[in-house]
Amino acid sequence: MKCLVAILTFISAALISSSIIAAEMKLAVTTSFNNSGLSDVLLPEIKNDLDLEVQLLVVGTGQALKLGQAGDVDAILVHSKKAEEEFVSQGYSTHRREIMYNDFVIVGPSDDPAKISGSSTVVEALGKIAAKPSLFASRGDDSGTHRKELSLWKDAGKDPDEFSSSWYRAAGAGMGATLNTASGMNAYIMSDRASWLKFGNKGGLKLLFSGDPVLFNQYAFLPISPEKHPHVKIELAMKLEAWLITEKAQKIIGRYSINGETLFTPNANAKVN
Amino acid sequence: MNDIVEGMLSAFRLIFSLDADLFEIILLSLQVTLTAVIIASVIGMPMGAWLAVNRFRFRRLTIAVLNALMGLPPVVVGLIVYIMLSRSGPFGVLNLLFTPTAMIIAQVIIITPLIASISHQAIRDLWADYHDLLISLNTTKRQRIFTLVKDARRSLLTASLAGFGRAIGEVGAIMIVGGNIDHLTRVLTTAIALETGKGEFAFALALGFILIALAIIVNLAIHSISKTERASNW
Repeated sequence: MKCLVAILTFISAALISSSIIAAEMKLAVTTSFNNSGLSDVLLPEIKNDLDLEVQLLVVGTGQALKLGQAGDVDAILVHSKKAEEEFVSQGYSTHRREIMYNDFVIVGPSDDPAKISGSSTVVEALGKIAAKPSLFASRGDDSGTHRKELSLWKDAGKDPDEFSSSWYRAAGAGMGATLNTASGMNAYIMSDRASWLKFGNKGGLKLLFSGDPVLFNQYAFLPISPEKHPHVKIELAMKLEAWLITEKAQKIIGRYSINGETLFTPNANAKVN
Repeated sequence: MNDIVEGMLSAFRLIFSLDADLFEIILLSLQVTLTAVIIASVIGMPMGAWLAVNRFRFRRLTIAVLNALMGLPPVVVGLIVYIMLSRSGPFGVLNLLFTPTAMIIAQVIIITPLIASISHQAIRDLWADYHDLLISLNTTKRQRIFTLVKDARRSLLTASLAGFGRAIGEVGAIMIVGGNIDHLTRVLTTAIALETGKGEFAFALALGFILIALAIIVNLAIHSISKTERASNW
């Protein structure tokens, strides 16, 4: 009998803790956004101003889009324009609103065996890595960063499918895990600046190339369409979107820095597409 | 090597600073896993006993399958539970995805075959001893199962603890169905995965040591409550 009571207590405790009390919504975000630490600054402000608890699901852009398609989250914040536009045109989201951008950087061994630092464009830098060839760690997980990397290889006139795994290593993992892999192998890697700056296991790696405008990385907020999924909390998602483009929120984003380096440039405007 | 020492030190610092977030994560880990172990035991133990006392056509096949399911890959279980609970899946209306309940469901599926299989082994041996006695007393099947479960309780405790061990250290399934949401579904294992991804090895290791300590404490507590390993009572 005692045992039964204990079982029931446990089950009810489990159920109660999962029931919903305050205004909550689920937002799928990319690892780069969360790893940067910006979410730790924004979420308390959102709670304060809107009395809204935003629950973050930190995944790659590919998985975030998938979660949105299934209606398992109320909105997504991702960075892969082409995929986002497709997502909107398929009716999964009503619109995409640009919020801010950051940039990608090329990180590599501090002795820079392929001599990429000083390259004038990222395409030139990647070309040098492939020509040498030097070890290169790729995300390989269909994330926004991975898609960006693939498009840059294409711009350089190369096809990563044909690269030998003797130097081109697709980790199939998130940004942090792939940075760990690159750090372990002392390999070149393309990372978003925020994840790199916050990364705690840099080892022999060093930032070697950045600043090419091609490397800018636009983040957009996409609420999930209630027409596809009537249960999504569209009002809360719209409230959050309206807050993200306020002057206050944009200022917080623009001021956020690590070691004196600002990470994100706010560029929200009234225009949606 | 330095990371390991640093990890141990920061584990102590974390515990003694009574960090509120840490305790939230520890409590949720315990809540999810213990609930899953209790539910899986309630299902798995009678199932194991039933398999031991009954003779039916596909018994060997059933037992072989059950044993094989002990090695269920958690990621696959997580993916299946995710698809079932997703808003686009058959149980989407229940709105259980990304909740502790979803994590419990996944863990119950992972550890029930383990508990049932170990229970079955234990009870089968006991059944060999009790067979003649229980038959001659003209007991019903239900009475036999009840007697066997009661007298095999120490071995069954091992089954439960094995289930606990598998569930508390599991990360693949609960990452998918729980989503590792801060203050909602973040448990020790998913937090370790997160910190490793950030390259914060010392902090990740600190959480790892806490997880190991927790498993030892729970095992000791259960042994002391059930008074095993004492003189004349083992």
